[in-house]
Amino acid sequence: MIEIFHYGFMQNALLAGAIASVLCGVVGIYVILNRLVFIGGGIAHSAFGGIGLGYLLGANPLVYAILFSLATALGIGALSERSKVSEDTAIGVFWAVGMSLGIVFISLSPGRAPDLFDYLFGNILAVSSFDIMIISSLTFGMILLVALLYKELLILSFDPLYGEAVGLPVFRLRLLLLSMVALSVVVLIKIVGIILVIALLTIPGAIGRQRAKSLKGIMLLSILLGISFVSVGLLASYHLNTPSGATIILAAAATFFLSTILSR
Amino acid sequence: MNSYQAGDPAVYIEDLSVKIDGRRVLEKVNLRIREGEFLGVIGPNGGGKTTLLRAILGLVKPERGRIEVFAESPEAARKQIGYLPQKSLFDQRFPITALEVVMMGMYGARGLFSRYTSRDVDASWEALSLVGMADYADREIGSLSGGEQQRVFVARAIVSSPRLLLLDEPAAGIDSAKQIEFYDLLRELNEKVTIIMVSHDISAVSAYVKKVACVNRRLYYHDSKELMAEDIEEAYHCPVEMIAHGVPHRVLRSHD
Repeated sequence: MIEIFHYGFMQNALLAGAIASVLCGVVGIYVILNRLVFIGGGIAHSAFGGIGLGYLLGANPLVYAILFSLATALGIGALSERSKVSEDTAIGVFWAVGMSLGIVFISLSPGRAPDLFDYLFGNILAVSSFDIMIISSLTFGMILLVALLYKELLILSFDPLYGEAVGLPVFRLRLLLLSMVALSVVVLIKIVGIILVIALLTIPGAIGRQRAKSLKGIMLLSILLGISFVSVGLLASYHLNTPSGATIILAAAATFFLSTILSR
Repeated sequence: MNSYQAGDPAVYIEDLSVKIDGRRVLEKVNLRIREGEFLGVIGPNGGGKTTLLRAILGLVKPERGRIEVFAESPEAARKQIGYLPQKSLFDQRFPITALEVVMMGMYGARGLFSRYTSRDVDASWEALSLVGMADYADREIGSLSGGEQQRVFVARAIVSSPRLLLLDEPAAGIDSAKQIEFYDLLRELNEKVTIIMVSHDISAVSAYVKKVACVNRRLYYHDSKELMAEDIEEAYHCPVEMIAHGVPHRVLRSHD
């Protein structure tokens, strides 16, 4: 059963999954505490516009996905704070515009888009060494940011109104957090795809929150959970011959429901 | 600018008007608060009480007029101010201990990127003891009662040893049996620090504070604890229960 991990592509997949789990564990809990789950969904879907543009220009789609998701994160953050547009309206608009742009760009691209489905639903088995390099450097950067701004992010998440009163740059920190979500989303697109990204970003943290009491404990637990979900999902998808991304998410979701029932 | 001397007002407000979203929330407010004062600010909802506190903190820009806190601009004086915002509906399951909440009060002294020091931890313990919550330091904030939570938030407001304390509806969420204890705590704190407390609870305010002001866009203040019935009615636009010396007596007059 374990011998499948002798394949090079399987080792790559597992490594990418483990690194992404670290990222999800560190950033995911802030997504939950700041109620950014659907902003994350909007950011992920808007990234499709960048992937389409990448195809059209014949460049690496992930690079343009980063640009689109960052622009969406800052756009939603600025629009909901500085204009009369409510946050969920802004999310809805960016979500749909990103998807539409992606579809239009792809329809304009010469030839077909062979790995389009990989971006929508993920294909962890197709992760390249270059992808792993991008994933690890983004993860490292994110951990560094959280370590440097731990006390700031705690105030922002718990009581932004008070933070403002003690001189915390609340608006800029919020934009930074949204940008971190955007970059995390791009990392995860390769693994579980645009449509499923938000599950991997939130489910480990959600279970961690049911089981651990401190913020650091939740982070640690959700990292371990993420790694288990990726491993179990990979194994299951290999033996059941099902898509890896969806299988990983279903493994996570099953654990989440079980944990929720048990914590009643 | 930094020419504050003993005897100068802790807070000096002159001809202050504040507009929020095109609506004038405060108009021509004048106020002078001596150091050591305990001022209760009452007034109807939406009358500008919270905005007055936020203006003293420098969080809202005056449309006109001047505010000085310890002879400095509100922004410059912010480090000397402790603040207890209006009870917000924070996530009661947030993974944070009482001690961690109190430590937030040291943010102003530390600033971006730097860590809290061991002295900040000691100060937080001290602040928790002062409000009688040291035994609860490691408890999650959500597992505490409303009154205990407010004490923790008071500890957060005083942990940086401020000279001025701004409290926005501090007794909200505390059951009435515990309120007396809570106000006694505030009175104790007032021995060392100037306090401005916003409240809608007129009877509590008049029983515990030294001076009362009434805010409804304009501010009515006579440098004393007794408010004129006319002032309160002017502010509330209707007859209210009138209190003097902590002894309630009703002023019953019909609406116009």
